[in-house]
Amino acid sequence: MTEGMSVEELREVVIRFSGDSGDGMQLAGNIFSTISATEGNGISTFPDYPADIRAPQGSLTGVSGYQVHIGNDVDKVLTPGDRCDVLVAMNAAALKTQIKFAKPTATIIIDTNSFKETDLKKAEFKSYDYLEELGIDRDRVVACPLTNMVKEALKDSGLSMKAILKSRNMFALGVVCWLFNRNLELGREFLRHKFAKKPEIAEANIRVMEAGWDYGEHTQASVPHTYRVESRHRHPGRYMDITGNKATAYGLIAAAERAGMQLYLGSYPITPATDILHELAKHKSLGVITVQAEDELAACASAIGASFAGALAVTSTSGPGMCLKSEAMNLAVMDELPLVVVDVQRGGPSTGLPTKAEQTDLLQALFGRNGESPMPVVAPKSPTDCFEAAYNACRIAVEHVTPVVLLSDAFIANGSASWRLPVADDLAPIHPHYATEAMRGKYRPYYRDPKNGARYWAIPGNEGYEHIIGGLEKDGTTGEISNDPDNHNRMVHARQEKVKRIEVPDVQVEGDAGTADLLIVGWGGTYGHLYTAMEALREKGHKVALAHFEYINPLPKNTREVLLGYKQVVVCEQNLGQFAAWLRANVDGFAPHQYNEVKGQPFKVEQLVAAMLPLLDDDEVRQ
Amino acid sequence: METMNSTDKTINPTAGEATPDATTATDRQYNENDFKKGQPRWCPGCGDHSFLASLQKAMAELGIPPYKTAVISGIGCSSRLPYYVHAYAMQTIHGRAAAVATGVKVANPDLTVWQISGDGDGLAIGGNHFIHANRRNIDINMILLNNRIYGLTKGQYSPTSPRGFVSKSSPYGTVEDPFRPAELCFGARGHFFARAVANDTRHTVDVLKTACRHKGSSVVEILQNCMIFNNGAYGPVYTNEGRKRNAIYVEHGKPLVFGENNEYGLVQEGFGLKVVKIGENGITIDDILVHDAHCEDDTLQLKLAMMDNEHGFPVALGVIRDVEAPTYDDALHAQLKEVEQQKKYHNFMELLETNDIWEVK
Repeated sequence: MTEGMSVEELREVVIRFSGDSGDGMQLAGNIFSTISATEGNGISTFPDYPADIRAPQGSLTGVSGYQVHIGNDVDKVLTPGDRCDVLVAMNAAALKTQIKFAKPTATIIIDTNSFKETDLKKAEFKSYDYLEELGIDRDRVVACPLTNMVKEALKDSGLSMKAILKSRNMFALGVVCWLFNRNLELGREFLRHKFAKKPEIAEANIRVMEAGWDYGEHTQASVPHTYRVESRHRHPGRYMDITGNKATAYGLIAAAERAGMQLYLGSYPITPATDILHELAKHKSLGVITVQAEDELAACASAIGASFAGALAVTSTSGPGMCLKSEAMNLAVMDELPLVVVDVQRGGPSTGLPTKAEQTDLLQALFGRNGESPMPVVAPKSPTDCFEAAYNACRIAVEHVTPVVLLSDAFIANGSASWRLPVADDLAPIHPHYATEAMRGKYRPYYRDPKNGARYWAIPGNEGYEHIIGGLEKDGTTGEISNDPDNHNRMVHARQEKVKRIEVPDVQVEGDAGTADLLIVGWGGTYGHLYTAMEALREKGHKVALAHFEYINPLPKNTREVLLGYKQVVVCEQNLGQFAAWLRANVDGFAPHQYNEVKGQPFKVEQLVAAMLPLLDDDEVRQ
Repeated sequence: METMNSTDKTINPTAGEATPDATTATDRQYNENDFKKGQPRWCPGCGDHSFLASLQKAMAELGIPPYKTAVISGIGCSSRLPYYVHAYAMQTIHGRAAAVATGVKVANPDLTVWQISGDGDGLAIGGNHFIHANRRNIDINMILLNNRIYGLTKGQYSPTSPRGFVSKSSPYGTVEDPFRPAELCFGARGHFFARAVANDTRHTVDVLKTACRHKGSSVVEILQNCMIFNNGAYGPVYTNEGRKRNAIYVEHGKPLVFGENNEYGLVQEGFGLKVVKIGENGITIDDILVHDAHCEDDTLQLKLAMMDNEHGFPVALGVIRDVEAPTYDDALHAQLKEVEQQKKYHNFMELLETNDIWEVK
């Protein structure tokens, strides 16, 4: 803490690090969020990186951002925040493109060495007075000759100029750590661990981070006071920072282990799902098989082969890839083989917005195949929830012998949050629905379990269970090819019935359950924003509740009761109303309002609140 | 809905619960009837019938039990074959048989995997998987039943139909050149290529056995007529009599001779091959090229595979290329073992501990 300066305590704060793609903003943001989480804060992060392969340095399209929201109550930090309280802009282009993410009252930290004439030109400024041009209040700006100070700090380090300039991000981190009175020792630990094999780089980074802190302390950085975010509601336990994609990979690994099966991933690289392949490819010591296939079709087809052969088979992709997989997914439906298809949704249609998030693949997951092709769909609601959702998708797949779609999205896949480590007992048992000993010699592939309607899974290598499955319709009794109309009708219903009978937990109603004037309904990755919007409305004195769905197919048993139990319901989703349509198809008489936004960006809580207020205030709207 | 009681013990070999009566490939004799199932429904005289019989005989002679055999096919007339084999089997979707077979072999390397595809399934819609399976050298037996026609959809040209071929979808003749499967296989760095004629059953059985014993992807091109839409696709090669003059049975280590009395042979001339008559122009058996299927350089093997009657050569039958190389499935599982020994974490809970963890008290 700086002597003579007051420390203001904040409930929460949002910081956005931004700079050129090569400026290391993701790392600076990551270290800051880890330090904060280690001190017991709630954290939620959002990396916002450009889709360009490598835009020219200093250009507007090359700006990369990392937003982190920290708060004193781990239960309340559910989004990375609408707009930031502190914006770090490492160059002119970053300031120009990122200022729109800052609150009018935000503190802006800039590197004045990166606002030279050429920088301003690249960032397409019209004048030299860039602050005036962007309408930024000078009193809010910490104008710091950052590059010069980094050079000064490392002048005796023996490092090349290139290496020295690479550590600029650590200076910015140091200033921010000073501003929020963070424990710098945690930053040192992080860097020493991260660069364990290059101690000279670790020490250089630490020196620059400390220089940033000292700069803040000595100049008081033109700010009225520094801040502190205490940790009020903390849940004791051991934590790590985890992204949605990593949590998905972990969920798959945990499920395979619990089921006593080998995990097989067939995948083809595609943004924003590729990190799942990267993560699983590392863990060969856990027996995880990853096959980078020649295309999306082979990725899915090989997973079906692996499933037939007895593995817990998964294929991971994004929307365009799921289009290519759809024929093979349908084979898994007809084969009735366990398979988990992970779709990390991105902006569409076609190539669309590869690095941005939408919820526009829902109806594709439900219906995007020929024939009557029912498939369970599970949608995680947050980065950490991806673990449980992936685990449950696997459990459903092997216990009900069916393909399952896991609908993640770019926002939760790339975003991270602190995750309390599970303990072995947290993981529900998984019982793959194998053929039984009694069936030896008389096994037929489409015999079904009367309890759940699932067929029995017989694994090659076992004598007495030889059989054929395939894409052609089969007789439900003999397993032979059948064109019999009544048999086909029975099989269509049996496949549908099997999915219908999967038991999923009831949807929870949060907030003013039972008494709300407005029920917000959402699904998947928008949970954090919808929950925060609900809380904001309740703080304004309104009675509001939230029903957020993770199980899309089958829907929870209490869906009808919940949806019809409120005077007004608004279904909010990042598409043109796909979930609303699905709910209307399943619940007679359900006529919700809709809030739909398809920008490739997360919802903004303030916009959600603004959109819902009229539903609560205006009686005419209510009728 | 047919149901069955599930109260008793379940089976799961991947979890290490070996079945009590698991037998190995060697201690039990099989005959072709052990691999027979159902009544094939192909047109009378179709090469698929004789090929099926050869495959079942080869399976019996190889002695690998039906429950350790997986037969994977795509779509097309020939892809119905797995329905008539007693084994574990899947008829998949059009073109994807090689990809499905890859997953089967990788996930369960103890299985012997046969992939059955036609020329459309394997080389048109599934062409990508054909080349990549060869490139990876996954240990599957890739059977390409090549009748140069689409039979199931009733007579359109295929990617192996010759230029100018008249069919329902090319009433004025095709204006495109065909693939030659060997060229594609070699171009994809394939290590095994053999060819047999569907109705030449004993030879087919031997070729299939060699293909199966080869570690890695083994492509076997089966030349067959489609009685309905492309009868006579292979001209004289389709009869025993015709093969004597118009085909050559190649065998590793043996001179490349053919003819009624093995009176003809192949010699190298310039960059190519040439047919010579032994005894004429001073040519003796010692001048004749000796077949080397194990030669890593595929130059001459490709020349053999490309020979056709139109250019005055016999069609090469038998194992043309058979070169040992590391297989994908072996390498993948070896890497799993290697990394397992290197890394200190071996279960999920240990994996968690490899992360930066903090404790909130």
